[in-house]
Amino acid sequence: MEDMDKIKVQPKILLQKKPNTSEPQKDLGRSGFSSSSSTISIPKCKKPISKKTVSVMAPQQSERRPATTGSVKTALTMTEKILARASEKPQLNPGENVWVNVDILMTHDVCGPGSIGIFKKEFGEDAKVWDREKVVIIPDHYIFTKEERANRNVDILRDFCNEQNIKYFYDIKDRSNFKANPDYKGVCHVALAQEGHCRPGEVLLGTDSHTCTAGAFGQFATGIGNTDAGFVLGAGKLLLKVPPTLRFVMDGEMPDYLLAKDLILQIIGEISVAGATYKSMEFVGTTVESLTMEERMTLCNMVVEAGGKNGVVPADNTTFKYLEVCLADFFMDCSSWLRIKHLCPMNQFIVMRKQVMAYFLASRFLSEYRFDIPKLEPMVAKPHSPDNRALARECKDVKIDRVYIGSCTGGKTEDFMAVARVFLASGNRVKVPTFLVPATQKVWMDIFTLPVPGSGGKTCSQIFEEAGCDTPASPSCGACLGGPKDTHARMNEPLVCVSTTNRNFPGRMGHREGQIYLASPYTAAASALTGYVTDPREFLQ
Amino acid sequence: MALWSSSTTISLSKNPNSSTTYPKPSLFFLSLVSLKLSSFKPLTSRAPPHQPLSIPRAASTTPSTTPATSFHGHCYVVGDNIDTDQIIPAEYLTLVPSNPNEYEKLGSYALVGLPATYKTRFIEPNQTKTKYAIVIGGDNFGCGSSREHAPVALGAAGVVAVVADSYARIFFRNSVATGEIYPLESEVRICEECKTGDLVSIELAESKLINHTSGKEYKLKPIGDAGPVIEAGGIFAYARKTGMIPSRTA
Repeated sequence: MEDMDKIKVQPKILLQKKPNTSEPQKDLGRSGFSSSSSTISIPKCKKPISKKTVSVMAPQQSERRPATTGSVKTALTMTEKILARASEKPQLNPGENVWVNVDILMTHDVCGPGSIGIFKKEFGEDAKVWDREKVVIIPDHYIFTKEERANRNVDILRDFCNEQNIKYFYDIKDRSNFKANPDYKGVCHVALAQEGHCRPGEVLLGTDSHTCTAGAFGQFATGIGNTDAGFVLGAGKLLLKVPPTLRFVMDGEMPDYLLAKDLILQIIGEISVAGATYKSMEFVGTTVESLTMEERMTLCNMVVEAGGKNGVVPADNTTFKYLEVCLADFFMDCSSWLRIKHLCPMNQFIVMRKQVMAYFLASRFLSEYRFDIPKLEPMVAKPHSPDNRALARECKDVKIDRVYIGSCTGGKTEDFMAVARVFLASGNRVKVPTFLVPATQKVWMDIFTLPVPGSGGKTCSQIFEEAGCDTPASPSCGACLGGPKDTHARMNEPLVCVSTTNRNFPGRMGHREGQIYLASPYTAAASALTGYVTDPREFLQ
Repeated sequence: MALWSSSTTISLSKNPNSSTTYPKPSLFFLSLVSLKLSSFKPLTSRAPPHQPLSIPRAASTTPSTTPATSFHGHCYVVGDNIDTDQIIPAEYLTLVPSNPNEYEKLGSYALVGLPATYKTRFIEPNQTKTKYAIVIGGDNFGCGSSREHAPVALGAAGVVAVVADSYARIFFRNSVATGEIYPLESEVRICEECKTGDLVSIELAESKLINHTSGKEYKLKPIGDAGPVIEAGGIFAYARKTGMIPSRTA
């Protein structure tokens, strides 16, 4: 009972900060986690800024100056740091169970109604969510279907959001024309990023296994079930076990025929679909630093396919540039101290190689994997497991029936740009039906408006039309997970599909005997052009 | 042993209406039956005709004086990496588990996504419950999506425990949080030694599985602190029972 009372009171503590310490105000932000790192690097650094170890921040920890915290022998990994901040502990160890304050809880139309049901059952019909601004509800799975229960589930979400006055609800009412719904976004993991809900150092829980996508922002993000989500809705926190960290170091220049999808398929093939079970996967190295945010999202998106609890990429300038754009509006009306705090020290978060190295040397990792990226080749995962790795060129005799471009993994703007690039380079038409399902409304807009580099001003949509693709569909999760029988591009027959999605288990895209080859957008586009699984170098070099 | 005895003792006095997260007649009924009638479960009455119905040995392993939790029934055997799409295909996810009618319906689709290579159906046509109380799997059982519908579907179908080499994290957690099924880990690859339809018993307190059809015994890994949570009927019920959160006034 005491625990429960505590739960209700604690969130306030975060905001009650005494700003008036002897330290200059501006130091508050960047001293974030230096309690652990500065003992390892130089305590009295000449450059005060370099005290910061990349990427994560812990506003409330700044009260505890490094010198006063006593001995900290080991630097925490990034995931440990985020969880330490969220559990208000100076130090924690992998395997420890800690109560973590949740910054954002995301749910959608598949698991939202069940989570709401549990919340109401356990906390009472009249209960209020712990924070109406921290609950983000994104209908995205089964939207453009005639199935009544699916439609009803979106109605349940809407009723709940109205009743609870939920601030971030991305509703769709007119299913016949998604463009008539300005609030509607589409695939939750991409929408979370585009709407500025993914922020470094925070904790994001979602009722979807691909919630780990947000780790691309240096955030702790993981998927939970309905019961846990029901608990978070009422209490704002959750008991989590601190995962040990596996570190993946990827160095070297990314060849222009590879995409992040190739990297993560390589990693999953290396460690297997259970290789990271209960563990955190941290991605670092010069290759990772060179990746765009959307590519980092692809990398983190599929950690769950290796069993991982979360994936994380250190936040850097790329991260903050992305945030500056998507948080422009948010910035204007932001009243929360905590959130401003998260955005203020942007310029201080530039990655400094030396510091990064100091941090890595000091942190404890369960194990480390190194990849020489320039040596990698385009990769696929053959049916029926994401770790069934093969080189695309090794599968050149596999005849395919269709290609699917979409989902949180491979339905982002850059994924479509990559597909367009291959079509442009080839100048040919596709030989198999090629389905395009943009993740979000914004991606859909980008496909129809952004010029593709080197095309003389053509948009993706023009290039797709010339190549003979299916018209870009309404944004949603689509056929990535099969869904109701009338879902666009669902595999209702035992076909062979090359897909930019994330899973190829039996029945994943509909038919139990269907065969799915997971591939990068480059490989998917190249395969569409030949009707066989095809290495994109056939067109890109 | 002492721990288990005490936890089950509490369950004897629990009020079934106040604790379970989902309607869970099978597990509750089962635990009562296991206490009162030794280890014979209602599920055995639905055994295929070729299976012997009376297994004296199972009864003797759980003397009625020891209120340890034990399960008894036929097993359904699957392989490695059984993902949540196979446990409950995505087209049925429109069913909301917290809605009692839809909970039952969800159960009728449990494991319907298994490929055609599985000749024996987990649930017979036009049935809503399975005759297999125990599912035996290999590595990484429940991988894939975070859908809580997966352990719920198994529980709603009448499964009381899954025994696998290992579990995907979210599936394990959802099993415990909902209290729907016991996700037990085996020390050896039982899935290669048991056959669908074998009659098996699980003795939780002793962490062992007995295959009465083959006469073999297998050691399981202790369920640990997760046991009492599942016993109580999930994380909310457990928290109320142990005083971590207040009991509902309603």
